Amino acid sequence: MRKYSKGIKIFGYLMMIIVVIWILAPVYWLVISSLSTQADLLVKPPDWIPDHITFKNYLSIFGDEQSVSQTASMFTKALYNSIFVSFFVTLISLLVGTLASYAFARLNFKGKKIGMLAIIATRMIPVVSLIIPIYILLNKLSLLDNKFSLIVVYLSFTLPFVVYIMSGFFQGIPHELEEAARIDGCSRIEALIRVILPLSGPGIAAVSIFSFLLAWDQFFYALILTNSYASKTVPVAITEFTGRHTINYTAMTTGGVLAAIPPMIIVIIFQRLIIKGLTSGAVKG
Amino acid sequence: MNYKRIKNKIEHDEGLLGWIFILPAILIIVAIIFYPILRTLWLSLTSYSLAYPWRNKFVGLGNYLDFFSSAKFWATIGRTAYFTFSSTGLEIILGIAIAMLINMHLKGWRFLRTIVLIPWAVPTVVNAIIWKWIYNAEYGALNGLLQSLHIIDKYQSWLSVPWRAMNMVILADIWKCTPFIVLMISASLATMPEELYEAGEIDGTSRWQSFKYITLPLLKPAIMVSLVIRTVEAFKAFDIIYVLTNGGPANGTQIISYMTYLESFSFLNMGRGSALSFIVSIFILILAIIYIKILYTEDGV
Repeated sequence: MRKYSKGIKIFGYLMMIIVVIWILAPVYWLVISSLSTQADLLVKPPDWIPDHITFKNYLSIFGDEQSVSQTASMFTKALYNSIFVSFFVTLISLLVGTLASYAFARLNFKGKKIGMLAIIATRMIPVVSLIIPIYILLNKLSLLDNKFSLIVVYLSFTLPFVVYIMSGFFQGIPHELEEAARIDGCSRIEALIRVILPLSGPGIAAVSIFSFLLAWDQFFYALILTNSYASKTVPVAITEFTGRHTINYTAMTTGGVLAAIPPMIIVIIFQRLIIKGLTSGAVKG
Repeated sequence: MNYKRIKNKIEHDEGLLGWIFILPAILIIVAIIFYPILRTLWLSLTSYSLAYPWRNKFVGLGNYLDFFSSAKFWATIGRTAYFTFSSTGLEIILGIAIAMLINMHLKGWRFLRTIVLIPWAVPTVVNAIIWKWIYNAEYGALNGLLQSLHIIDKYQSWLSVPWRAMNMVILADIWKCTPFIVLMISASLATMPEELYEAGEIDGTSRWQSFKYITLPLLKPAIMVSLVIRTVEAFKAFDIIYVLTNGGPANGTQIISYMTYLESFSFLNMGRGSALSFIVSIFILILAIIYIKILYTEDGV
């Protein structure tokens, strides 16, 4: 490791401070705003460190009080929808995707190359190019505003991702292990379940996290395909706090914090796994 | 037994097993990706409108020609290009700089590496909300901060002048997306062969020279991949525009996917909307081809 001179070190620390402030200040401001009363937020200049902190905004989102705005109390429903949709999208993409990627990585069959290429190509297709026919079709089938439709539609971006990353992981597992299991009398499927899957634990964990985060973050499909709290997800619900003329700042920032908490916790806990998954999949190609 | 025979056949016929394994994935992808994209192509050749579905007729390339001859369309393409290349370019430069900073392994580098993940984890819509609140013309933190520092003497309205609004959107995008570049570059830096630097040190190369002649060339594959992934994503950007500016003011932040949304779901012109979305796909396809080319030529390095 190269030694750094004092000047460079000081410069480095200075830059680190600037970067940390640049990253944390907006988050700090979001959290503080969600803990303030609407009146405290509307002062000039802003109170960087508020005099009093209140959890009223959070209570009003989770409480069923009459006084609470309807949008705020419906937010709980949206949270539930988001968790429900993200969970099942992850589960289905994992089941379907793992099978497919095992086949792509380990089996020889006709049409394998074309199949893989087709799946990789779909990773690039923008949501806007698919939404119109999907909307028209779901409309015809009276399946708009339905959580299950969202799950199916979300597979369009999680599934190709899972197949792509997982086949990379499967390829990394030595063939000999599988062959040894088969000599010992395992069938192909038994070998997959007993040998390959346990070894690809980190890969499966990483793609599950990614699928969940992708589904949680999805906005465009949810915006177009939902219109009531039967199926609205968190990103859509938040945007309703920002009306054209009146903006409910405290509800908006509180919703923002609540929407950001699950992915942030996941990302911080599984930091290493994510970095590994991201780089092994994306950099390796 | 019949069941056993089937099982045996599957067990020994790799081709069959392969197809059984990929079938669910293929069916899903055909149903929700291939069918819609072909349907979009077909719709783009019609005048289909949800408001007047009975007036639907085949117009050939009419929708496309309409757009190609409209100044508004080209202005949108120009804004999309500006948004895409400014945000991607700045994110790459900042991303490399922050990754190099982390890689100096000064005290607290692990903390910085964790913190950097936060903006990346924040959902895009929440990112837009954070910045919408910071940019607020009356009570925003940006105004408050700049006034306290005596940089401005009165509160500014950041999102109500077209050109400025666009740059503010780019700034918000940079906050959220730079961490992705940092991740990619950091991973690549971690695999740098130490010996090269030591050899360089013996030869008396300066720090800048070793960055330019050793680090940068070795980072090239990671930079290219990040560049293309980010370009494609920025090109498709919608959420941040929808929440921050609604494409305004005076269309100042209207980029192509927002224009597609308006055409299809506000004006209900599904035919024209499909044409626009197909144009987006073509652009992305071109970028994807570049992507694959880069991956396959750089992979051997």
